[in-house]
Amino acid sequence: MTCQDHKELMMAYLDDELNDEQKVAFELHLASCADCARDLQEFKKLKRMTDCVALAEPEDRIWDEYWNHLYNRIERGAGWILFSVAAIALLIYGGFELVETVIENRTVGVLAKIGVLASIGGLAVLFVSVLRERVYFWSRDRYKDVRR
Amino acid sequence: MGTVCDQSTAALCDSHQGRREAFEAIVKRHMKDAYFIALGLVGNREDALELSQEAFYRAYKHFDQLNSKGKFFPWFYQILRNLCFSHLRKRRVRKAYESRIGDGGLQAGDPESGSQSEVCDPQSDELADPFDPAMLAERNESNDRIWRAIGQLEEKHREVIVLRHFRDMSYDEMARVLFCNRGTVTSRLFYARQRLREILEHEKGGQNL
Repeated sequence: MTCQDHKELMMAYLDDELNDEQKVAFELHLASCADCARDLQEFKKLKRMTDCVALAEPEDRIWDEYWNHLYNRIERGAGWILFSVAAIALLIYGGFELVETVIENRTVGVLAKIGVLASIGGLAVLFVSVLRERVYFWSRDRYKDVRR
Repeated sequence: MGTVCDQSTAALCDSHQGRREAFEAIVKRHMKDAYFIALGLVGNREDALELSQEAFYRAYKHFDQLNSKGKFFPWFYQILRNLCFSHLRKRRVRKAYESRIGDGGLQAGDPESGSQSEVCDPQSDELADPFDPAMLAERNESNDRIWRAIGQLEEKHREVIVLRHFRDMSYDEMARVLFCNRGTVTSRLFYARQRLREILEHEKGGQNL
């Protein structure tokens, strides 16, 4: 084993993650390598310093309210999906009704009829484009296929 | 870190409780781990809370895709870390853009004039993630320095330090949540600590710790 291999093993030694056999082999190497022995002392010091760092606990109310906040988010997500589906259905229905009314109405000029048809057509193109983009990104969603 | 990788989550999901109740129990079991890991990765309390909740929300949405419910936490951890790292990248790009506007390098309202690679240099000290020592339980000069130095580590190095030191995970647990082997964990931890040493020694003008 090279000195570099031993330096990586040094971490497991520091964190008490080596088995007895590995520990003995590592200590044997330490006895013959001043460089690694010096590094070990430095890493020990760093570990002691890092072990002293602890993150502050937030107030209890954060934990008390954690699930409620999350549940509200889940509920709103479902609400938005339902609302969006309904709004799209209503828009499509309204669009057809509007086109039908305008086309059949003889008092409406040709230019106005073309304008209504063009705007409905434009909206349809936008809708299909956004939908296609969504499907494209959904199919590449990094979480979608995470299966363990 | 007894609760992170155990099998009891499976029992919860196999019980006769509804999906919502089962998920509530899982959230209550893992919310502290999620919050503290996010805090260790992004260094900001509000962002950590928001990101940890967003990760649970996404996990809930895709819960059916988890084949083995006993492996919830490693799966969830991937969602959480991706969210945190993506958040950090956006923050750095925004910060770089703002600093370039401040320097007159870019015209305001012209964010497209610099490519992302030009704008974002994660190695820049100015763009190091701001790790506020106010997040620490006990403040002193040494703790503040370590915390700020963690904020300067690369993401893959920062996460092993966070998992080991702030969540007290064993190497086997870390290997499970990072989807790698023990050797990779050991190696990553070595380079993370070596880099941490370099940053701290650099701050002390090249002296040993």
